[in-house]
Amino acid sequence: MAHKKQFETPPRRVALFVTCMVDMIYPEVGMATVELLERQGVEVVFPADQTCCGQPAFNAGFWEEARPLARRFVDIFEPLVRNKQVDAVVAPSGSCTTMTSHFYSLLLENDPTYRARAEFLGAATFELTEFLVDVLGVEAVGAHFDGVLTYHACCHLKRELGIDRQPRTLLSHVEGAEVVEMTAADECCGFGGLFAIKNNDISTAMGQRKTQNITKSDADVVALCDVSCMAHINGLLSRQGQRTRAVHIAQVLANQVDVTPRTRTKPEAKPPAPPRRWQDGKA
Amino acid sequence: MATSTIDLTLPYKTRVKDALGNKHLKIALERSTGRMAGQRVAAMNAVDAPRLRDQVRQMKEYVLRNLPDLLEQLETNITANGGRVHWAKEAVDVQRIVVEIARKANVQKVVKAKSMATEEVHLNQALQAAGMKVVETDLGEYIIQLAGEPPSHIVAPVIHRRVEEISDIFQRELDMPPTLDPQIICSVARGVLRKEFLSADMGISGCNFAIAETGTCCIVTNEGNGRMTSTLPRVYVVVMGIEKLVPTIEDAFLQYQALCRSSTGQQCSVYLSMTSGPRKPGDIDGPEEFHVVLLDNGRVDMLAKGYGEALCCIRCGACLNVCPVYREIGGHAYGSTYSGPIGAVISPTIHMEVTDVDKLPYASSLCGACRDACPVKIDLPRMLVELRRDVVEEGETTLFDRAGMQAFSRMMQSRASYESAGKLGSLGSNLLAGFSGGAIKSLPGPLAGWTKSRDFPPLAKRSFREQWRDRLKGRKVIGANDDSV
Repeated sequence: MAHKKQFETPPRRVALFVTCMVDMIYPEVGMATVELLERQGVEVVFPADQTCCGQPAFNAGFWEEARPLARRFVDIFEPLVRNKQVDAVVAPSGSCTTMTSHFYSLLLENDPTYRARAEFLGAATFELTEFLVDVLGVEAVGAHFDGVLTYHACCHLKRELGIDRQPRTLLSHVEGAEVVEMTAADECCGFGGLFAIKNNDISTAMGQRKTQNITKSDADVVALCDVSCMAHINGLLSRQGQRTRAVHIAQVLANQVDVTPRTRTKPEAKPPAPPRRWQDGKA
Repeated sequence: MATSTIDLTLPYKTRVKDALGNKHLKIALERSTGRMAGQRVAAMNAVDAPRLRDQVRQMKEYVLRNLPDLLEQLETNITANGGRVHWAKEAVDVQRIVVEIARKANVQKVVKAKSMATEEVHLNQALQAAGMKVVETDLGEYIIQLAGEPPSHIVAPVIHRRVEEISDIFQRELDMPPTLDPQIICSVARGVLRKEFLSADMGISGCNFAIAETGTCCIVTNEGNGRMTSTLPRVYVVVMGIEKLVPTIEDAFLQYQALCRSSTGQQCSVYLSMTSGPRKPGDIDGPEEFHVVLLDNGRVDMLAKGYGEALCCIRCGACLNVCPVYREIGGHAYGSTYSGPIGAVISPTIHMEVTDVDKLPYASSLCGACRDACPVKIDLPRMLVELRRDVVEEGETTLFDRAGMQAFSRMMQSRASYESAGKLGSLGSNLLAGFSGGAIKSLPGPLAGWTKSRDFPPLAKRSFREQWRDRLKGRKVIGANDDSV
């Protein structure tokens, strides 16, 4: 993997790779991402031809079906970077960033032209928190959250991209938030794309372990960097009727998340009931 | 011997269902995997782990590049020391060779040290069919031999059983008085096994690594059973996969260190037994005959097929202990001698008969915890995805999956069809969600698997791109935005 692009002057304009899940299911995450970037003085461009990077097909072994999507993605984003219309590509997803900046090399192994273009593009593609912290050098984005936060480290983000410090740094600077560490924060939530459907039972068992750790942490929300894992965790929490929910880190940082205030102290003990015979009115 | 309730030849789905429904298995796995993973982290952090991993990886890559030469060097040196080397292309060749050696030496009883290679080729069954008594002497292997079960972990074969069940097995098979004290259970096994060692004609072990420059086979054990297997009986046979080779003594200790720290979290094992040849005149112990069986069984093909990286594996089991899938289903659900992430890579690529082997590469969320734990840095997630590609290319997927993926790919190749599919999806999913108050409780068709245990969010009423278009209205749009919206 080529090294990440270095910036001599701060990037002024980026192309947003919003990802298909954010586009279709969680547009608020996309809006939060735009807000965060603009707040830092970065202009955001949205290439509207973008669809899906092809990861579902790639992970399932359907590489023939994934390749046209990879080439298409390269055709849309790579010229923008090459012609210096944008300085970088930013995505609010560790998983889709991994697909486009790491796995395209493997997928396009026998296509030297596209592979080289994909690698050039990959070096200029950043996951949101990585871009904020490592490229822009921001730690506090002016976020405020009244409640308890915990962090779930998504697998691709942490193990493929090596991004962990960045989102944690951003969260630690959220004013008013109490950040607690859950047990096994970097353990897989069991999503795994089609794995969640094909191996539904195993995926659910893994997810239940994750939601247990989340609820045990006593956090109001669990922040993470991928809406796919978020959909999985929230799907389980919602089915279990839990109060806690997963939110994308951009939503926390853009002050989109509100929690109903709750009493953090133990509720006052009820006065002891009078002896039964008095209740019955038998004096 | 008891008949086992564990049947590896059942379909994958049944094996997984049985495993997930087994409460005792859950407890057993919970007790062991976390502890082993924790011990590994502590032991690896006590040294310069990145450097150790780099060194071992480089050494194993060197071995794979020079495999033919190194194997011949090993053979030359073992032969010079008075041992004999046998080349076994397939599993049946190992069976034939070892049975022949045993027959020639008039062997009645065989004691075995723990060995995955002999499990892989079903050597015990072949020896038993030839009329010999075979006794496993590793405590874990001995327990599962009594229970009639296959191993479920590379280094902890009986990890699937709790101490309560092990006690039951010993009470039933060895008339042990009821106890849950591991000390007592161990001493009962020790008493039985000591007699077997002293009356055995042949010892068989695997090989943790063999040193090419000296012709030395090394086994790493904690119980001392390996030492007795290699020194007490008249005949000693080592069965080793051809990748278990290291060039020099220094390399051997490199692999030894990585193995001990990654498997059991030890700085070094209690025993390291090194055998370079049979007993020489004047030696006080050692076997009269020393045989080494070099096992291919598809390993050379693995190299050719592009899965050679898996041959760097030193069989420490670290990837099993950290795997969130293994921790839920245990080893038997994989249906193969080799389980966990490495098993899901080895089983389809090596020459083994495994029911539903095509399902194994899919038994992973691709979380990558295995690669992080691997002392040789094997890129297991990448190989799992490549194996899935092979499954698809060989046409082993259902027509339904193929048609679905093709439709998905076509839809995503056009902005217009993507946007209309989004609109349709938004409408449909909001209707579904409307019926159940916000979240979708039940999805149709193949997606029903999702909603069995989880809610699904409806698609947004207005997608990001629609909101973005509104946002740009009335604004002066510059630069790349011109052609992008």
